[in-house]
Amino acid sequence: MMRQIAIYGKGGIGKSTTTQNTVAALAEAGRKCMIVGCDPKADATRLILNRKAQATVMDLARQRGSVEELEIGEILLEGFLGVKCAESGGPEPGVGCAGRGVITAINFLEENGAYTPDLDYVFYDVLGDVVCGGFAMPIREGKAKEIYIVTSGEMMAMYAANNIARGVLKYANSGGVRLGGLICNSRKTDKEAELVSALAAKLNTHMIHFIPRDNQVQRAELRRQTVIEYSPEHAQCDEYRALAKKIAENKNFVIPTPLEMEELETLLMEFGIMDGEGAAA
Amino acid sequence: MSTLTQQTQKMIDEVMEAYPEKTRKLREKHVRPNDPTGECGSACAVKSNVKSRPGIMTIRGCAYAGSKGVVWGPVKDVVHLSHGPVGCGQYSWWSRRNYSNGITGVDNFSAMHITSDFQERDIVFGGDKRLAKICREIKEMFPLAKGISIQSECPVGLIGDDIESVAKKMTEELGIPVIPVRCEGFRGVSQSLGHHIANDSIRDHVLGKNTLEKVTDYDVNLIGDYNIGGDAWASRRILEEMGLRVIAQWSGDATINEFAIAPQAKLNLIHCYRSMNYICRFMEEQYGIPWIEYNLFGPTKIYQSMRKIAAFFDDSIKERTEAVIAKYTPAMDAVIDAYRPALKDKTVMLYVGGLRPRHIIGAYEDLGMEVIATGYEFGHNDDYKRTYPEMKEGALIYDDITPYEFEAFAKRLKPDLVGSGIKEKYAYHKMGVPFRQMHSWDYSGPYHGFDGFPVFARDMDMAVNSPTWKLIRRKR
Repeated sequence: MMRQIAIYGKGGIGKSTTTQNTVAALAEAGRKCMIVGCDPKADATRLILNRKAQATVMDLARQRGSVEELEIGEILLEGFLGVKCAESGGPEPGVGCAGRGVITAINFLEENGAYTPDLDYVFYDVLGDVVCGGFAMPIREGKAKEIYIVTSGEMMAMYAANNIARGVLKYANSGGVRLGGLICNSRKTDKEAELVSALAAKLNTHMIHFIPRDNQVQRAELRRQTVIEYSPEHAQCDEYRALAKKIAENKNFVIPTPLEMEELETLLMEFGIMDGEGAAA
Repeated sequence: MSTLTQQTQKMIDEVMEAYPEKTRKLREKHVRPNDPTGECGSACAVKSNVKSRPGIMTIRGCAYAGSKGVVWGPVKDVVHLSHGPVGCGQYSWWSRRNYSNGITGVDNFSAMHITSDFQERDIVFGGDKRLAKICREIKEMFPLAKGISIQSECPVGLIGDDIESVAKKMTEELGIPVIPVRCEGFRGVSQSLGHHIANDSIRDHVLGKNTLEKVTDYDVNLIGDYNIGGDAWASRRILEEMGLRVIAQWSGDATINEFAIAPQAKLNLIHCYRSMNYICRFMEEQYGIPWIEYNLFGPTKIYQSMRKIAAFFDDSIKERTEAVIAKYTPAMDAVIDAYRPALKDKTVMLYVGGLRPRHIIGAYEDLGMEVIATGYEFGHNDDYKRTYPEMKEGALIYDDITPYEFEAFAKRLKPDLVGSGIKEKYAYHKMGVPFRQMHSWDYSGPYHGFDGFPVFARDMDMAVNSPTWKLIRRKR
């Protein structure tokens, strides 16, 4: 049974790195996986494909005139351990409608048989925030039913996570999508695991895994590889293997309970991230 | 409350009964018995210019329709680009019968349908580059085009294309004005906002950009006449016979240069107040040009309007005006003599657009007919205020009327003629009620001026007294 999973989180938090390493770990365990990059920057598959950037659905559609001119083989490529990769692509910043690009690309993949029955997992790696309907495409009816939000102990990452939970809530009611947990991609902030766990609890979910910071990930990235491909013996690989296993075995799927801004700020104050000035005033 | 008003209110209440309570409460504010004094005030004013309720099957258009279809469309030497997917331009192609001189595709583009035909990739990547390319192609294919207007369709606004910067760049590069018009259809509640937006775009990009070599004391602008079936030509003829010089027609059979030189006129004459009062007010504020409303439907209103206009000028104009009136009076009287006997006491229900729901009343009255009900698709308060005094007490006035209400009122009022649009026409024909299209003049016209009145009288007689109606059972 194919599981479709969407990964959201603040821009720059490490969604693509986390997704590709986790998928590499799943592939290593013999699972068939596909990654669909839903970000005009199109950097969700480079570590799997070991190349700068793959041809995207929308780029080719632009060159050819329309999406009907494309062949699935041109944009669905196989990388490390047979992981299939596609990128929606989209406009440069500030023009057009990137959200529509995601919708067009996913429709193309669906209509052209990218979702083969042998797949165990499809991962959608989605742009930082659910800014419009297009970026909610991966969690609409019949697509991803599980969502993981990548965050850290930094305030803005947690703000973003809470915001994304609001978007999930909308689709939880209409489309049956559920939050599977928060993934903490550590930035080495104070009491990070406790804070993210506390936020997770407030959101009615759990911190599914805490990924410690390790420069080995960056070393691998510079060589356009996942850390699992670059140095399979390295300790950091076990973190991604652990996350992959937890996702595979996860039974904790919830409708999130997003916080009001004040609640979130109170939480941050409790952990001493924000000082008490606001409360005193 | 007078008996007539009470009777009308009772009829309105009966018709409204069919609605669920919420709809009834909303709709009943849009339908009122007329109070010609207007003393009743805002309490009994017809509510207007608000969003149509879903399900009422409104016949209103959108902002794009107001800009491309009404204000800009008739400007003949400008290529009007329907910017967005193909449908908006395709289905608004050459539909208002705004006549114009010139050779289509050479120096006249008003009958052409030119669109950027957005595809999926234009939505995703934005249409700005394509827009620039199209502007260059238009310049190359139509070297005599004096400008390009970019009529925005909905997606342009949704994806946030920067058409203003493209227009600015293309204006410099091509040497003709390229005018961005932000008339996305989702803006506003009807085509009315599109008129306003189009007026503003003319103000910002064209008005006052050229000057006349020689001005006279008798220069006027003919504003708010779209030359349906040749109306503006009939209007212009009268003004010229009066001794005035029409330096610009807005926008029937117009050239863009006429917009550019318009601020040099001494007086603005406005026929369709709704669609072009904005530019008149601006010219008044900016250039001190006074404006007056006039009405060239039917001899009574024509004579009144001619004298009202002449009063702004010297005695020579006043004298000529009287001479023109004297010259045409016998012909107009002959028309009345010919048609009035067959049309006397016949009743009319109207439901039209900008100026006609009130302006045509006088022409019917000249023929002995009575407009017993009227209303606007997209009128505002000021339109209704101008309408109350034109109608009898207790006459029916409605705003954004629904097909159900219109039919229900027609069944109760049993008019001898209904005047509205193509969407209504065949329903009334099937009911056995004579009908004239009063947007397009049913492919006839002109109806304005001395040229128009004989055509109007003939058409109304033809409709009301057609022997056809005797052959079908009238379900009334």
